Amino acid sequence: MTQKIVRPDFTRRDFIKTSSTIAAAAALAPGVFAANDETLKLALVGCGGRGSGAASQALSTAGPVKLVAMADVFKDRLDDSYGNLKAQHADRVDVPEENKFVGFDAYKQAIALADVVILATPPGFRPPLLEEAVRQGKNIFTEKPLAVDGPGVRKVLAAAEEAKKKNLKVGVGLQRHHQLGYLETIKRLHDGAIGDITAMRCYWNGSGVWTRARHEYEQKAGRPLTEMEYQMRNWYYFVWLCGDHIVEQHIHNLDVINWVKQGHPVKAWGMGGREVRKGLDHGEIFDHHFVEFEYADGSRCSSQCRHIPGCWDSVSEHVVGSDGICDVSGHVIRSGSPRYVQEIGSRREASWHFTTPGAKDPYQQEHDDLFAAIRNDTPYNELEYGAHSSMTAVMGRMATYSGKEISWDEALNSKIDTMPKELSWDTPPPTLPDKEGHYPVAVPGVTVAC
Amino acid sequence: MLAAAAPVDFVTEVKPILEQNCVSCHNAQKAKENGKFRLDVKSEAFKPHKKDNTINPGHPEDSLVYLNTQLPLSDDSHMPPKQRDQLSKAQTETLKRWIAEGANWPEGVTLKTVQRINFVRDIQPILENGGPLEAKAKDTLKLWLEQGAPWPDGLKIGGVKGGGEKPAAVAAGQTVDFVSNVKPILEAGGPLDEASKATLKLWVEQGAKWPDGVTIGVNKKAALINDIYKKILANSKEQTEAEMKAYTNTIPDTKVTYAMVPIPGGEFVMGSPSSEPGRNADEGPQHKVKIEPFWMEQCEVTWNEYELFMYPDENKPAPPTDGTTNYTSDLADAVSRPTKPYTEMSFGMGKDGYPAISMTQHGCNIYCQWLSAKTGHFYRLPTEAEWEYACRAGTTTAYFFGNDPKDLGDYAWFAENSDSKYQKVGTKKPNPWGLYDIIGNVDQWTLDQYDPDYYKTFTGTVTEPWNKATQPYPHVVRGGSWQDDADKLRSACRRGSTPDWKVQDPQLPKSVWYHTDAPFVGFRIIRPLKTPTAAEMEKYWHSGVEKD
Repeated sequence: MTQKIVRPDFTRRDFIKTSSTIAAAAALAPGVFAANDETLKLALVGCGGRGSGAASQALSTAGPVKLVAMADVFKDRLDDSYGNLKAQHADRVDVPEENKFVGFDAYKQAIALADVVILATPPGFRPPLLEEAVRQGKNIFTEKPLAVDGPGVRKVLAAAEEAKKKNLKVGVGLQRHHQLGYLETIKRLHDGAIGDITAMRCYWNGSGVWTRARHEYEQKAGRPLTEMEYQMRNWYYFVWLCGDHIVEQHIHNLDVINWVKQGHPVKAWGMGGREVRKGLDHGEIFDHHFVEFEYADGSRCSSQCRHIPGCWDSVSEHVVGSDGICDVSGHVIRSGSPRYVQEIGSRREASWHFTTPGAKDPYQQEHDDLFAAIRNDTPYNELEYGAHSSMTAVMGRMATYSGKEISWDEALNSKIDTMPKELSWDTPPPTLPDKEGHYPVAVPGVTVAC
Repeated sequence: MLAAAAPVDFVTEVKPILEQNCVSCHNAQKAKENGKFRLDVKSEAFKPHKKDNTINPGHPEDSLVYLNTQLPLSDDSHMPPKQRDQLSKAQTETLKRWIAEGANWPEGVTLKTVQRINFVRDIQPILENGGPLEAKAKDTLKLWLEQGAPWPDGLKIGGVKGGGEKPAAVAAGQTVDFVSNVKPILEAGGPLDEASKATLKLWVEQGAKWPDGVTIGVNKKAALINDIYKKILANSKEQTEAEMKAYTNTIPDTKVTYAMVPIPGGEFVMGSPSSEPGRNADEGPQHKVKIEPFWMEQCEVTWNEYELFMYPDENKPAPPTDGTTNYTSDLADAVSRPTKPYTEMSFGMGKDGYPAISMTQHGCNIYCQWLSAKTGHFYRLPTEAEWEYACRAGTTTAYFFGNDPKDLGDYAWFAENSDSKYQKVGTKKPNPWGLYDIIGNVDQWTLDQYDPDYYKTFTGTVTEPWNKATQPYPHVVRGGSWQDDADKLRSACRRGSTPDWKVQDPQLPKSVWYHTDAPFVGFRIIRPLKTPTAAEMEKYWHSGVEKD
């Protein structure tokens, strides 16, 4: 039975104290926004449920924030989002009709009106949107993943450099980095609590996510949708928009392993396919992937992600070290390390379990942290690790789609650009259905994925 | 300059106002019981009430009948009482003018109580439930038409695009046909023009015939419930308590089963005595409750059951788009389904054989509707009282096995033995009525709004109490969970839901289906012996307060 030690001496207050000391030490010269009473103008690009949620969290940060512009390709999504945000934050939502932009280029105009932009479109659009927001010199909160292919990741890495030069603050929606239990656990792992990390595993095994049925939209619209309209509505199931669930969802767990390892894998191989996901609204993505990632020190991470109901489910990360083991997502460390035993006082109770009742919702915390950095002008740029974690997941997909070993450099320098050159409702997307409405699906051993 | 208005006519203008708003209290019987003045007969209506004039002809400013309508709503003497439908400005002006003009009340005209029809409350549900209409519904429609068929401007019943078909005109002496004459009027929404009112009047006079199975296409939800109701009626064999047997059902088209055990009807004392260790103030006062017989699910609803509802088969071909789909081919397919959660809702605690968790009360209600449609048995959540009755199983002690929690581990998973997670259902000993995990493992949703003072509202024996929800929080969960200490597993212990249970839902609006932060809450279902009406089913399944 696990010995669980609750450390009463550790509180959130201590954490804030520690992190603000670090922040103060690292502070740059007075920068863009010094005043805490200055109203920060916010633009929302991508007005789905998550974008609206992110905007709501940004509007709930300390100090005055006002939503002034919104953009989406679909007017109905924008209108719903506006209604929901207005209902929640009547005083902080001030978006006149002329600041509601609809269309593929709408983001440019919305970004121009803001100090801080939220990018929450389907992932495929992230690289060009990030480029534009950085070009316009805006602070950014962007949802993950940051790209769905090699060219996209390269664009994001370039934007990351540019953002640093311009002293822009950029938060990435990998909210585990703002979740107290993770922060405290991984801090201890980096301090050597279980020695060298030699083996890792992680999972996002669940039952699957939403589908947007073509026939329902066609019924509502009273006409057939163009293929582009349909794919934009049902974006989760198309690689150029979503990246597959290994990229869109499992990135969270791969990102934690990268964080623990303080680096990214150098190669990957794996297997995957589509066992039960065979409906007309299931596009082209797989329903399961298993990948082994190898890191520069030779250690390996085994990763599983599955979208099949009725199976063994887990969303978690675990690591093994030379001196112990750690359930990273459960925030439990069991260690034989002399150093670590010293910290907790007794070898017999060499187990640590993080519990802090009332630790803040990480989705709110990530916005609180970003806005504090903007107001205090402290360095804040999460793009690089966000891009590396995105690349890790994309590399995993390349491995399962192709069935081959894929190296980091091959993946990063991949010439396969999934984004169409032109975007309009009549442009054919990169993948098209056959006569029965089924889409071609990757075949390991045959498909060229990198 | 306006032309002088015609004098107010008592019979057509004043009498309806008094009959619909005043006479239900101001009549002979109530006058005897509590000294109210009477407005039902002329001789009484013009007598002064205590020191004040009830009606002083020519002087509205000295007439209670008018004056009391002008008091602020907060005043106890304001009429009609504030919880009732209020008079419009036009109506109070009519009363004022009538008195000013001399309060002419023709001899021999007596007044009786007439129900005041409110469209949204009284008429809309009748229309939305579809036909055939019960006699009472026909009377209500008749009354509504007599009262001028008020229909709030622009209100559509359901959400159909109005103004499609034009209703066919009805010639004098012609029989009104529901489909061609009435249906288009109802679907067009309000307010109604005179011709439409005339058609409806004629239809009601001719018996308000509503052909079986015709729905007015506007409220699919109500039509669906009506069809589920019919399926349940056809399937309900048991009529008496003696016929109630334990049974195990396989959910149609699946291999998943669930077991139901009979709970006899009876009386019990709800709540706990103030002497009970760990007792909270909301558990009192103790009061007698009478409960009708029902079956209750032997175990908590498992993921095996709930995921069938969460994840419909998406590999089925899309339905044809030409409108020929008839959902009655599989009623359950027409019941709305949860959106799929983005996160994994079992939080790694296991699924096969484990209790389903983290769903909202709304999710449970719609699950019950879905399972009812699927099986032809009426299922719903228990009320808080039904839950405690079943949990106690005739016992009066703190736990169904006694007062001392030392044996709790034989019967329940709780903080001390759960290893910080829920466990498979049905692995501990049951309560005396054969219910497993009725305490511990996961909290169980009930239908009730949580009100700490609810028990104070009762006198004498209460039958089937149900504190109907009017707000999204708090709702009652019962039984305690794997996270809780022993005192939270007592039969009388109550807990209310809070918005915190969704704090980590990153979307806006937050899901009506999931509580991202309540990995301790699940449910079990019941099936009452007596099958309720379709309208009652709707109340059980759709509280209408699911949005935060």
